[in-house]
Amino acid sequence: MMADARRTNRVGCGQYRQDPETPLPGDLGMIASVTSDAAIEVRGLRKVYGDIEAVRGIDFTVRRGEIFGLLGPNGAGKTTTVEVLEGYRDASAGDVCVLGYDPARRERALRERVGIVLQSCGVYRHVSVREVLTHWAGLYPHPRDVQEVIELTGLGEKADARTRQLSGGQLRRLDLALALIGDPELIFLDEPTTGFDPAARRSAWNTIRSLKALGKTVLLTTHYLDEAQELCDRVAIIKGGEIIAEGAPSELGVGGEIRYKVAYRNGSGELTSQETDDPTTVLFELTRGALDRGERLEELSVTRPSLEDVYLELTADE
Amino acid sequence: MSDTALLWRQYRLERRMFWRNPSAAFFNFLLPLLFLALFGAIFSSSQSELDVIVPGIASLSVMSTTFSALAFNMTFLREQGILKRVRGTPLPSTIYLGGIALSAVTNTVIQVAIITISGKLFFGVAWPQEWFELIVFVAAGVICFASLGVALSHFIPNFESAPAYVNAIFLPVIFISGVFYDSDTAPAFLLDIAQILPLKHLIDGLSGAMVTGVGLSDNLGSLAVIGLWAAAGIALAVRGFSWESRRS
Repeated sequence: MMADARRTNRVGCGQYRQDPETPLPGDLGMIASVTSDAAIEVRGLRKVYGDIEAVRGIDFTVRRGEIFGLLGPNGAGKTTTVEVLEGYRDASAGDVCVLGYDPARRERALRERVGIVLQSCGVYRHVSVREVLTHWAGLYPHPRDVQEVIELTGLGEKADARTRQLSGGQLRRLDLALALIGDPELIFLDEPTTGFDPAARRSAWNTIRSLKALGKTVLLTTHYLDEAQELCDRVAIIKGGEIIAEGAPSELGVGGEIRYKVAYRNGSGELTSQETDDPTTVLFELTRGALDRGERLEELSVTRPSLEDVYLELTADE
Repeated sequence: MSDTALLWRQYRLERRMFWRNPSAAFFNFLLPLLFLALFGAIFSSSQSELDVIVPGIASLSVMSTTFSALAFNMTFLREQGILKRVRGTPLPSTIYLGGIALSAVTNTVIQVAIITISGKLFFGVAWPQEWFELIVFVAAGVICFASLGVALSHFIPNFESAPAYVNAIFLPVIFISGVFYDSDTAPAFLLDIAQILPLKHLIDGLSGAMVTGVGLSDNLGSLAVIGLWAAAGIALAVRGFSWESRRS
């Protein structure tokens, strides 16, 4: 039954693109209506290298216009997953659908609508930033203006420098510029700010936010949890080839509930803290007791778990 | 943009990048000319030796501009991740690789032309007698050695080791095949090895076209050997082709 649904989903993926008005029968129609606002759909994706199973059956959906983050430790299967979606690798099993196309078929029409920032990737050496962007623009049917992309990615001062004279961070910005030049609907960013100084990271974040403002969809993988918290509408945490948590960064919790941390300095001056999923009651009882005793609760704070706390707890090795 | 226009753009970019890398351009063009000048000077008293050297160096140029250049180039592009990056764009792979190949062939044509003209002007070798044969053999040699160069790049683990792999093949082959002397005077076992390899047959074809006037119809055997190597080269180049360097 499940296998059936997957197969029809693939058919539905192609059919929907060509004929969006025709309702599809039964649960197939339901899947298609989900597809309509999904930029990426992944169902039961597996990828096996030799006897290593890098991705062990994952499902997720990236909606159009959202920034979706894939987080996880090194070797978790993030890059493998993204490279299947980009069409660099074939899936061992499962179905993936990107903008209504099967990426494994590597259709030119799909590649015209997708921009890719790979993790480490060289560029032509003996040409200037402007030349390589102009060349790249010619590969796409409706490219963005070269000068505009140079400004957007902060390469204005280096526009006429040869690419081999760029620093690591500048090359990374060129990666982003090359991914944006074709004015893609969907952008894959594989660790886009690795090696950036804090100012460059902020400016890259602004660029990525501006993509969202233009209605673009972004799939981001990152090591930096503040980056995910800052940028992503939703994140999925991958560990050992499986998704172990998924949701908005602020709503992610361990075991489905959010543990608040209440901390204060007690009457004898010791810093105490306790975790709770009901901070209202805890605070009420704490403050009532303190008022009754005529104490002040010095340094009282209530904190929600950061994405980092959740991440560390989820990805910790037992 | 049409595919022809895309190919032309890619070709022009490859040419621009080639000329902007002066050391590569220098070695690519100068090494064969240096050989021509040196051996020309050594054998300057003997026209029969010069008649061997000029088609020999022309054949060496065909091999170095295609086999060596593409083995280096593809290894570099693969290791740098440039192949992978291009693979993610709408540019069809055949057009991209076609642009690289055409750029290599341009170097071949320029070099063979320079050597032919130098042979006439400085070394008393007559103008080629069989132009059609010259074109057929250069074309066959280009296809053969270009595909073998791409095929070799699949076996080169990283760019640092590329010169070792390329020269381990290139240097013995040019010596055995009689680039610098008449291979028919070499020991029989070397001649036997040379007969199996494509370069000797390219030299025979170019020698016929440029010097001796032995026509294409008498060199069909040589053309067939080059054709067999080309078929093997193309099969290996296509089958093993990888857009990314292998990672452990």
